[in-house]
Amino acid sequence: MTSASFGGEASAPLSVSQRAPLFDWLFVVAVIGMAMAYVRAIFFTPIEALQGAAQKIYYLHVPAALSAYISLGVVALTSIVYLWLGDERADRLAESAGEVGLLFLTAVLTTGPLWGKPIWGTWWTWDARLTLTLFLWFLTAGYLVLRGAVEDRAMRARYSAVLGILAALLIPFIHLSVYLFNTLHPMPIVLKPEKPSMPTEMLVTFLGFFAACTVLCIALIRARYRYGVERDALRELESAGGEGY
Amino acid sequence: MRPGLLASALVVARKDLAIEFRTRTAFLAVLMFAILGVAIFYFAWDVTAVAAIDLAPGVLWVIFTFSGLLSLQRSFGVELADRAMDALLLSPIDREAIFLGKALANLIFVSGIQLLTIPSVGLLYNLPLGHALPILFAIALLAAVGLVAVGTLFSAMAANTRLAELLLPMLSLPFFVPVVYGAAQATSTLLAARPMAEAWPFLKLLIAFDLVFLTACTLAFPYTLEE
Amino acid sequence: MSHVLEADRLTRVFAGRPAVNDVTLELNAAECLALFGPNGAGKTTLLRLFAGLLRPTSGSARVNGHPLRGDADARAHVGFISHQSMLYGALSVRENLELTARLYGLADRRAAAEQVMREMRVLDRANAPVRALSRGLQQRVSIARALVHSPRVLLLDEPYTGLDALGAAALTEILMRLRGDGATLVLVTHNINEGLAVASHAAVMHGGRLLRLERREALDSVSYAEEYRELVGGVR
Repeated sequence: MTSASFGGEASAPLSVSQRAPLFDWLFVVAVIGMAMAYVRAIFFTPIEALQGAAQKIYYLHVPAALSAYISLGVVALTSIVYLWLGDERADRLAESAGEVGLLFLTAVLTTGPLWGKPIWGTWWTWDARLTLTLFLWFLTAGYLVLRGAVEDRAMRARYSAVLGILAALLIPFIHLSVYLFNTLHPMPIVLKPEKPSMPTEMLVTFLGFFAACTVLCIALIRARYRYGVERDALRELESAGGEGY
Repeated sequence: MRPGLLASALVVARKDLAIEFRTRTAFLAVLMFAILGVAIFYFAWDVTAVAAIDLAPGVLWVIFTFSGLLSLQRSFGVELADRAMDALLLSPIDREAIFLGKALANLIFVSGIQLLTIPSVGLLYNLPLGHALPILFAIALLAAVGLVAVGTLFSAMAANTRLAELLLPMLSLPFFVPVVYGAAQATSTLLAARPMAEAWPFLKLLIAFDLVFLTACTLAFPYTLEE
Repeated sequence: MSHVLEADRLTRVFAGRPAVNDVTLELNAAECLALFGPNGAGKTTLLRLFAGLLRPTSGSARVNGHPLRGDADARAHVGFISHQSMLYGALSVRENLELTARLYGLADRRAAAEQVMREMRVLDRANAPVRALSRGLQQRVSIARALVHSPRVLLLDEPYTGLDALGAAALTEILMRLRGDGATLVLVTHNINEGLAVASHAAVMHGGRLLRLERREALDSVSYAEEYRELVGGVR
């Protein structure tokens, strides 16, 4: 049974220091942070006058969208890095970020209608943000389906990277299309250049959610990446062990 | 003297069109699909509630998308049989030329379908398209370039996977949205006899899409080839 | 001074297994290497690495000092014959060959196509669609396709497969002529006699490794055939 590095790929079992620690402290912090944010939003933040209690979904909806964009940004960047350097770690990171991104996109697509129904009276509207999110969802799902359809590892990584970059190029065009289309979505009231037009308490809740959500996003990507490392190491052992050189 | 990029692309395009012309089945099948689709849409709509002139742009560009997908499906099949693609890769032509050549052949194929489908919409929906036809064809060409740029690349990728027929539409359709949207809006403006200046933002969208994706897909193509 | 064909510690790995493992060899002009080995030995992979269709995992494969993979000009002088015909079935023999001539930028395509059709004895079927031809005739056309641009380096993967006596004789004649003109050949074959008939060197591959490499003159075909059988029959 050989452990020679045939292609520079790790075929030895992971050493103790490489294995993921049993206690993922980042993930725990993220979950606690999210719980705290939820509690603050539900019990300690005033209800908005015009929109009522349903407005509070906004605290999750927008940070989830931002986390989704962060994840997809990671996919796009690691795709470029992979095509440039050929490092399989970039591909593994892209895979992880893609799955986490899909998770957050799903969160956005479910909280959006939940917010929209009481506010606009309808489950779905073709406004800017929801439409873009819907298309991002399809692109990300397509990305993951593509990954599942290619068996050869190098080809899978290359194809995914190409799709990742093209999808990133598409976003401005979807954005432009939707912009040209009339929109119902309320103007983003936090990200204006001058001071945001939200009362301080709501702003704090929002920023708290943003921080917790982002940390959760990073923790999930990291955990998924570690899983990917172990899974790939296992596959190496299986395929190398089958030969008798 | 080995041929330059454009000359090589033309060689590849000619080859694809020669093969297509030899059988002709694919073109006729896609054309039938397109015209049948146009007809079916007519029955699916309540024509008394929605005027044909409002219906037509949507129908035209949806059918364009799906017949485009059918056209693209066959694009790389011919290269996989007997590994004919290897002969192209062995020769001194650039990889990008292979992509451009196949995209050009697809463009001609798709445009050919459009050339016959657009008048059929006018015919079946009783729309006086006469004066609008040249501009409609121009919009169709712009849209076709975008469709074909993305579709040819994904066709090359999908051909190497297990789920080829499913993967091509799934990956391409999100990319077709700006194309369909721009083309449909420009068409509406045109058919409603509004000044074309109103359609300019949509045409700009189409042109920008074409430039960006033709370049990006040409550059990405070599990465989809065997290592 | 660079050799015409050169592999330096060439290795190619597929899914953790080395199909070509640390192969080093050199060939000069007018030399022909007959490459023997059982199925799965890596001979086809080695040829594809030389042809630039595959990228090495490590090491290098060069033709006239250049790796074919990035170098379009270098590819202009290489011909490759593989298990698949690499032809377009819907097009005629002539169309396939003239297409190849166009791809290589030849000036007089018609003449080049006619020349190789004549050499491979398929001129009478020039206008027939390739898919209408028998396997043996397709093989001849496939060989013709590799010769259209008068390559200086010819890589042949079991080219005698499917050829009848006439076709095989035509091929051997062409290979001898090419060698005489100074071309370099690599001929992969199962048939020891066919291989040794045109070769200046002989090698055996097994399990991705190059086991023996020697000059043809040093060999006696009968004992070589026996040694070969032992070598590949005995090892796993």
